[in-house]
Amino acid sequence: MEIIRSQRKPVHIDVVPTLPLYRSAPPLEVRLEDFELYAMDRLRVLKGIADGLSRGKKSEEMKNLADHLWKANMRHLDASEVVNKDIISHFVLRLVYCRTEDLRKWFLSMETNLFRYRLLFEKAEVQRALMAEFDLPYRAASNAELESVKEGLKQVAQSFGQPLAADAIFYKVPFEEVPELVAGRRVFIHKGYAYIAMNQVVSLVSTQFRSHLSKALILTNRKWTSTIREQEKDRLTPIVEALCSSYLGPDYSQPREFAEISIKDIDQIAKSSFPLCMRHLFEKLREDHHLKHGGRMQLGLFLKGVGLKLEDALAFWKAEFSQRVGSERFDKEYAYSIRHNYGREGKRTDYTPYSCQKIITSAPGVGDHHGCPYRHFRTNLQYKEFLGALATNIDGVLPS
Amino acid sequence: MTKEEIENGTADMEIDQRELMNGERSELNAVPDGFNANYLKVYYGKLFPHADIFKWMSYGNDGKHPGCDESYFGRREFSFTLDNDIYLRFQSFNSVSQLENSIKEKCPFKIDIGPVYSVDPAKRHAYAQSGNNVFTPVEKELVFDIDMTDYDDVRYCCSGADVCLKCWTLMTIAIKVIDPALRDDFGFNHILWVYSGRRGVHCWVCDPKARRLTNEQRSSIAEYFRVYKGNENSQKKVSLTSSALHPFLLRSYKVLEEFFEGNLLSNQSLFSTEERYEKILEMIPDESITSELRGKWQDNKKSSISKENINVDRWKHVKKILKSGKQKGQGLGKCVEEIVFSFSYPRLDMEVSKHMNHLLKAPFCIHPKTGRVCVPIDPNHCEEFDPTAVPTLSKLLEEINMGGLGTDDDAEWDRTSLGKSIRFFRSSFLQPLLKSCKEEIENSYNAKLQHSKTSLTW
Repeated sequence: MEIIRSQRKPVHIDVVPTLPLYRSAPPLEVRLEDFELYAMDRLRVLKGIADGLSRGKKSEEMKNLADHLWKANMRHLDASEVVNKDIISHFVLRLVYCRTEDLRKWFLSMETNLFRYRLLFEKAEVQRALMAEFDLPYRAASNAELESVKEGLKQVAQSFGQPLAADAIFYKVPFEEVPELVAGRRVFIHKGYAYIAMNQVVSLVSTQFRSHLSKALILTNRKWTSTIREQEKDRLTPIVEALCSSYLGPDYSQPREFAEISIKDIDQIAKSSFPLCMRHLFEKLREDHHLKHGGRMQLGLFLKGVGLKLEDALAFWKAEFSQRVGSERFDKEYAYSIRHNYGREGKRTDYTPYSCQKIITSAPGVGDHHGCPYRHFRTNLQYKEFLGALATNIDGVLPS
Repeated sequence: MTKEEIENGTADMEIDQRELMNGERSELNAVPDGFNANYLKVYYGKLFPHADIFKWMSYGNDGKHPGCDESYFGRREFSFTLDNDIYLRFQSFNSVSQLENSIKEKCPFKIDIGPVYSVDPAKRHAYAQSGNNVFTPVEKELVFDIDMTDYDDVRYCCSGADVCLKCWTLMTIAIKVIDPALRDDFGFNHILWVYSGRRGVHCWVCDPKARRLTNEQRSSIAEYFRVYKGNENSQKKVSLTSSALHPFLLRSYKVLEEFFEGNLLSNQSLFSTEERYEKILEMIPDESITSELRGKWQDNKKSSISKENINVDRWKHVKKILKSGKQKGQGLGKCVEEIVFSFSYPRLDMEVSKHMNHLLKAPFCIHPKTGRVCVPIDPNHCEEFDPTAVPTLSKLLEEINMGGLGTDDDAEWDRTSLGKSIRFFRSSFLQPLLKSCKEEIENSYNAKLQHSKTSLTW
């Protein structure tokens, strides 16, 4: 790929009917601005997928989410440029995410997921065409073979709650090639061969995709560290280095008029509008007149994010805590960190509220009330009790 | 008795010997139970099948065929646990005599077998951990380890280190579930089941394909076999979907049901006390059903149902009510199956199977706590296996003592209780394995020749 400064040279490549496989960098010219913008758009898609997965969304939901994210972020005014944007953004992100083991792992995982969801959305002919691109040791099982294992195939289909189509095509593959399907008991295995259904072939293809990308990332890293980073230190390198840590969501740091809340409303708003985790923290604060550090951070930053002003926040926390530790101790030990959260102390960073991802992956210990109830409440019973206490109608609302 | 006395009285001695031949203890030959270096020395000197282990681990690479890999055996890791818990890893040998001499000399309390590495483990420090020149496992048998302590929450006859014929049924079930799956589903043929010496079984899958599996593939096989997921804290540890079962589970269920109803129910008295039946009621997520059953059984305390039948009867009640479909509760669809699975389905140690570099105790070792030999188990007759009748080190030494004076035979093991096990090991496992290895070496050699012939161009 060649990065150019200014003029826009339209490049017409043959429209590719199938998903790009990113086998090699295409001979395209890219504007410097697009270099960054395309990558950021794609990053939104990948981060959206990461977010969906961390919330435990199931495959079907994820498929739809990926499709939605793709359509929302990867459009282009010029229809013929859509594929270019796809390819260019992928390769730019390779540069960004090849640089450490953790980055590679994350990128590999999200790109493979993206590929898989996009593939699932394609029509059967496209899927078959793509399969041919991959070097897979499979072959379609003959009718005779299918007859002999019919009973088993039927039982496997039933275990998904699906009937076995009379003319269903199955591929016969050595079981070692499809470890995920074997592990999940999602295929019929006989004498060392797995019989995979068409839609499961996507799994095979994705594994190959992943394996190829993994190797490519290592190579990219080598090139980056040996030549590119130095060569591009005044142009692309700063962009690449900033990309993976840039915040891509809506801007919460600026206070907005209509999003203010005041302490007199707070109880009402907590009941009506707080998400479950914050509601739980809020209730516990009211109950114990105290919260441990994790809880203070999670709830405190949230309140800031929804528009509680610093003065109100100080008053709110003081009103609670002084019932437990006294107002002098509050001023001495707790007020500073509230001001710190609002960017009035220390290095004056205006901290943003925690994302769900951060909350879900936090590790509340004994005596903590922060974290994500959907993740951290130990049993359905504990969960039910909490919801019961909120007097919420719980029929059909429990998460899976 | 002095040596002279013995020599002079040989005639008497022979008569005595013959009288003792039917295996009775006598002061002459009695060997007190135990496990120590002296006993082990005799064991490793006369009984341990060094040559068989060597042949097995060579997988046909005995140098007799040009296609043999002469470095193969030397790249295998063994580890020795010596007296005082001194642990020696990365032991490797280049010949059967090196292996045998080292064992006889060091007299290990335990011998473990590890993977075959890319290079001789003795030379590992010369190789980096990453990059091109690596020291890394390249082959290892696919292994499984099933330990009775993992079943402590479902066996009442024993707990901890104890094992009896009643709970041994669980191991029998494990073999009867896993062995057919390894053969029919995965297509493996060279499978060795071994008694672990105290309270479990090990399984060694030795097909070439199995030895070359990656960690990920091993993991997937272990997951395929996994049904039980949980620890003391989870309420429901077996969770089957409401729709139909995978063919492997269906097939397994037939075995499980047979043993659960025909054996475990009574032998473990699963319903005989309130504490015990409450455990089962906990697995039924429907208050109305559990209270109905509870009510019924609490009444029964007063009636005169014999103790023997109480378990069978109560299980019948449970099945009837769950299968009747009266209550439309969620999660009841496969409840009966879940209960049966919880009490009987094999519980594998996942970590043992997943990693190529895992070290597992060698067959024919002696277990330090029980003195029993880790003998092979015939999967086709595993119901007949009795862990309490496995030969112990002391018994074998007694049998050697009885074997007559001045015998200078190589096959002393054949006159002891170990004979049967070694013969079984050879005929049902080692010989077929070596035959198949030879074929593979020949075929791959011929294929290479063919390939180089056709690729020669002038």
